[in-house]
Amino acid sequence: MSGSQDITQELAQEMFRVVETGVKEEGERLIELQIGPTHPGSGHMRILAWVDGDIIVRCDPDIGFVHRTIEKLSENRAYIKTIPLVERPSLLDTTPMTIGYVNALEKLMGIEVPPRARYLRTILAEITRIASHFYGIGILAIFLGHSTGFMWAFGDREVMIELATMLTGARITYAYVIPGGVRRDMPQNFPDAVEKGLRYIEKRLKEWEKIFLNNPVVERRLRDVGILKPNIARMLGVTGPNIRASGIDYDVRMIEPYEAYDEIDFMIPVAEEGDAYARGLIRFKEIEQSINIIRQAVKKIPEGEIISPQISRLFNPLMKKIYAEQKRVKLPSLMATLKPPKGEAMARVEAGRGEALFHIISDGSTNPYRFRFVTPSFRNVILFKYLIPGHRIADLPAIYGSLDYFPPEADR
Amino acid sequence: MERGVVFIGSIDIFVKKLIRSLIEKKPVKDVLEWAISYSLWPVHLMTSCCGVELAGAYSPRYDLERYGSLPFVSPRQTNLIIIEGTLTLKMAKVARITWEQMADPKFVIAMGACAIDGGLFWNSYNIVRANEIMPVDVYIPGCPPRPEALARAILMLQDKIRSSGVSREDLEILRRYVKSQTR
Amino acid sequence: MSQVSIKDPDLNNLLNILNEELKDLATKIYIDKTERVVYIEVAKEKILDLAKKMLHLGFDHVKSVSAVDYPQEKKIELMIHVGSYLRVIRKYTIIIRSMLERDNPRVSSLTSVWPSAEFHERETWEMFGVYFEGHPDLRRLLLPEELEGKWPMRKDFRIATRKAGEAEAPWK
Repeated sequence: MSGSQDITQELAQEMFRVVETGVKEEGERLIELQIGPTHPGSGHMRILAWVDGDIIVRCDPDIGFVHRTIEKLSENRAYIKTIPLVERPSLLDTTPMTIGYVNALEKLMGIEVPPRARYLRTILAEITRIASHFYGIGILAIFLGHSTGFMWAFGDREVMIELATMLTGARITYAYVIPGGVRRDMPQNFPDAVEKGLRYIEKRLKEWEKIFLNNPVVERRLRDVGILKPNIARMLGVTGPNIRASGIDYDVRMIEPYEAYDEIDFMIPVAEEGDAYARGLIRFKEIEQSINIIRQAVKKIPEGEIISPQISRLFNPLMKKIYAEQKRVKLPSLMATLKPPKGEAMARVEAGRGEALFHIISDGSTNPYRFRFVTPSFRNVILFKYLIPGHRIADLPAIYGSLDYFPPEADR
Repeated sequence: MERGVVFIGSIDIFVKKLIRSLIEKKPVKDVLEWAISYSLWPVHLMTSCCGVELAGAYSPRYDLERYGSLPFVSPRQTNLIIIEGTLTLKMAKVARITWEQMADPKFVIAMGACAIDGGLFWNSYNIVRANEIMPVDVYIPGCPPRPEALARAILMLQDKIRSSGVSREDLEILRRYVKSQTR
Repeated sequence: MSQVSIKDPDLNNLLNILNEELKDLATKIYIDKTERVVYIEVAKEKILDLAKKMLHLGFDHVKSVSAVDYPQEKKIELMIHVGSYLRVIRKYTIIIRSMLERDNPRVSSLTSVWPSAEFHERETWEMFGVYFEGHPDLRRLLLPEELEGKWPMRKDFRIATRKAGEAEAPWK
């Protein structure tokens, strides 16, 4: 456990020096550009870039345009009403966020989840992860001007959304995960539909290689652009595919396995170069790994209950009848006034963009006392300040698209 | 004595009066409204999380370009603004500035439960309602609404334009333009 | 420090090393029952030295900096989640807690030790009012300038109630 304290101090000083000299030369040569919200290449945020000619010397992200105060709202609502609130920031992969919150709540209350529910949660989490990576690839393509890539990505994403609709009934926001299990069982024709969908995606990935990954224009725009070195990434606390493209294999599904991930074999793709092309390539490889995980989970899923016995013993006879006939959970009204014991609990999950952290402090009443929620995009904002200076303006959309930063997720 | 037709007045003024009366007549007004309703171009302002379903609506499965609408970059050259999702205080200022820059006649669609009355975040300290900032034409409920609902909203807006017509101010602008060209 | 038996041998080693290195800096070290989280309580004057020792042991990034408001006891508790990318200790999360005065909460900034804390400290400043001395750029991050009132996440922040139909935005 040796520390690398001296090296990180030197690197920190070197980076602060790069940013400071840009500021000192302010005067006639520097122009401030505001790449604002009404811009096709900016998303829901404003990027302030100081440029000297064509080269960006300083960059400042102006975020907070989608700040919906979820942490404050959750202090005035019951525990179970925070589950839809936690879904809304990261609207593309909603299931890992609900899994994280419900895991923290189950640790606080000491509820055991039956194995079939764990496998169902894993299947849905991987389906949304594929949909989220396709969104990231589509946004990267449209920022480079590759509109075929945008159309193909959103078309392939619809296949995954159809599968999720078959399982839960909604397109994007499911609220499928509840404390103790899941809300519905999977229908009879679900394994066949999943196999058809996955085979279609595998065929499409070969076409993607031809038009996007081996495209000479895309390679010229993305190779050796926005290189993130591994020790700087460690120092800045970057998560997700961004740090896996720089050589560090950090993935919460392998470190602290939750749900059914410790019974499934999968690999973590890691690249060494750290440029924008590697970040795009890692997302394609992760889609292949997710296909692998879904196939294993659908084959290995055990029979059993989908809700924990500690909750199902609170059912009244009508709810028991619905559960026995349709395998659908109708929650008892006791859940609306759930009172966990006094204490605190923490959970971590791996969302599509990185590691998310949930910390609940409870004081024995029906509302949480404090709910702290950190999303992966909020931890990646610091890359705008330290990675972009030194590049030309034409590289700004390429770097932004490859980071896969989603502003509503960072503002919460 | 020769029989003939005598024009009283000059040709210039006659043509000007003819054009002015034609614009108010039904055939030209119909063509005008038909043209506006099939070229509703939204501006590229993503307000909040319903933007994911907006991007999905312009994707190959629910192609909205067949109704004539294409997202365009500049607010000066578009005539539709879609408010998707929650409007925070910071974003409301931006939306109002963008709305004021758009050319007449312009239309507003409020998409999602958050734009109607706050939705899931109704008691937050940082949000405003959409109809406090700009006048809204069509509301779409849902959280998030399906892309088919957005297509239906565009069709409803087209019906609204063709039945109730463009306003008198826009005809006034067109009349002033014609007057300045045929001087 | 704790009487229950710990099943994880790596955690035992970690606790021994922590107890030995931090014995004159930390006031209390304990774990929770999932055996993945270690809590360290420290006084606010010694937090910078504690952070330097933790960096030397291999904890190289900050996952979250935040606070909890206790108005009855007139204290604000600072809560820092720290982690590591090194293979042996990456499964443990260390939570550092420290109590500050509610009327004037000031603490030294940790950006000289952990640069990843920069944007988290800005958010804690605008939500709770905790001033970090030595931060290179302490200003608002998420909140707009038009917001009336200060420190929204404190328990006594009053939201101005609004009636339906009344204009709220000054640019109506």
